[in-house]
Amino acid sequence: MSPAAAPKTRESLLSRSAAMLVMGVCTIYFLVPVWWLFVGSSKSRGQFIDTDPLWFAEFRLFDNIGDLLAYRDGVFLVWLANSLAYTGGAALLGTLFAAMCGYALAKFRFPGREILFNVVLSGVLVPATALALPLFLLFSNFAATNTFWSVFLPSLVNPFGVYLARIYAAASVDDELLEAARLDGAGEVRTFFAISARLMFPALVTIFLFHFVAVWNNFLLPLVMLSDERLFPVTLGLYSWNTQVNQLPELRGLVIVGSLLSIAPLVVAFLSLQRFWRSGLGAGAMK
Amino acid sequence: MTRTRRRAVLIFVMPFGLLFTLFYLVPIGYAIGQSLYVVRRTGTFGPAHEVFGGLAQYERVFSDTPFWQSVGRVLAFGVVQVPVMLGLALVLALLLDSGLVRGRRFFQLAFFVPYAVPGVVAAIMWGFLYSPNLSPFKPVTGAVDLLSADLVLWAMANVVTWVYVGYNVLIIYSALLAIPAELYESARLDGAGHLRIAWAIKIPLVRPAIVLTAVFSIIGTLQLLAEPQVFRSFSSAVSSTYTPNLTVYSTSSIPNFNLAAAFSVVLALATFVLSFAFLKTVQRRGIQ
Repeated sequence: MSPAAAPKTRESLLSRSAAMLVMGVCTIYFLVPVWWLFVGSSKSRGQFIDTDPLWFAEFRLFDNIGDLLAYRDGVFLVWLANSLAYTGGAALLGTLFAAMCGYALAKFRFPGREILFNVVLSGVLVPATALALPLFLLFSNFAATNTFWSVFLPSLVNPFGVYLARIYAAASVDDELLEAARLDGAGEVRTFFAISARLMFPALVTIFLFHFVAVWNNFLLPLVMLSDERLFPVTLGLYSWNTQVNQLPELRGLVIVGSLLSIAPLVVAFLSLQRFWRSGLGAGAMK
Repeated sequence: MTRTRRRAVLIFVMPFGLLFTLFYLVPIGYAIGQSLYVVRRTGTFGPAHEVFGGLAQYERVFSDTPFWQSVGRVLAFGVVQVPVMLGLALVLALLLDSGLVRGRRFFQLAFFVPYAVPGVVAAIMWGFLYSPNLSPFKPVTGAVDLLSADLVLWAMANVVTWVYVGYNVLIIYSALLAIPAELYESARLDGAGHLRIAWAIKIPLVRPAIVLTAVFSIIGTLQLLAEPQVFRSFSSAVSSTYTPNLTVYSTSSIPNFNLAAAFSVVLALATFVLSFAFLKTVQRRGIQ
């Protein structure tokens, strides 16, 4: 080893260790609360208070889940199903609509295009939570609050999805390919579904996932719209239990297990779709 | 443009445009309309009826001290929390990209897990973690009351940071991956270290990504709702007007819909102006 190279290697080892230390500390910060939730979910009520919060006592996770699902005629399952219906449906349709609109903005010149794009951008800057009360006032005019649709329909709108779809369409759909399809006599709508949507697919998965998370996490809209417990999404249900913990201490255990179950679908979705969103996200941030 | 192509554009734009109009533009317009009315009663217990009140509700909004205190509170929150969160996200993204770290895939996923936790659930979890007698960190939470009036805002800042750092790491890291390696290969050959390359080359190139994350963080801060609403069960220091959005919610449950509509309009406008102003200040060329 030459004299010049020696200090460099040492510095590199030092940098490496420092980098790994930072990553390790942050990993602990991010994962310990989730670990605590998992351990807490596996304990009985007494053990939750008495035993080490970060390590297992008697493993009762499945009994606790059974108790949770049996509580009040399985209301928690209804909430989970509601969340899946609100979220899955809104994210699927919302992604499709955002993709179509973004594609039109990227690939066609039409009158009003600039105005439309600017209005959509303004929509990105006016967040959905600011609209919850106005939506409530509007829906109450038609006596339509406290219905499935009062939460579902507003959740379909995803202006940021349109913005992303426009960038992705511009980047991944080749104009010459579209011209070729036109010369072959294919209709524009068919071309979109048969060719363009496929080319945009990784991007669409990204839009879908972020839309899914946004709706799954949505709290204010269901909070103002819904009063019937059987229509609650899981976030609102857990919140309502948590506000009653002081009066009904047995709810604490249900809140803990319920929280764990409410996270699981998203973790599974992210893990199983990671190869799409990892590649899809880069393009959106670059422009 | 041909007629068939025009029809295709209409088909593409229509579903989103219709929903956006119905559930974005119309509610905003309706809220503005409602905010211009006041409720009058004949006698103390007489029937209520709405009459046009001009800007009367806005006068109340602008003279409502708790509301402006709550605005001050979320601004203070944002001034501290957003730079801390984005600073941490930038450091982690640069480390992931530096080649100094093994197991990048694992770290990326580990950082991203909290993003899958809904804000309400995250707030419930941390509420327990902060509690003086149930927390795994009893030595800390027993000595310092993190849910006291002085600290609860920063306890919530930690919840928000915990949830969103990984998301921001992902956006910045994706932008870093898109930089062609040749751009800093020569700098490395010239003997520039990791820090120098990060500061002089990488950070300027991922500026758009950082701006994007900053805009979303600013919007999120002004809209703070789930965390304080949940923390009301854990801490008496969180009032029903703790953040602007809580004020909107509690005003509407009185119910005073006209005043709540005026709060909503002011908040939406303030969010729009602030995020737009931020974009314009940091970017000379606009968002596209």
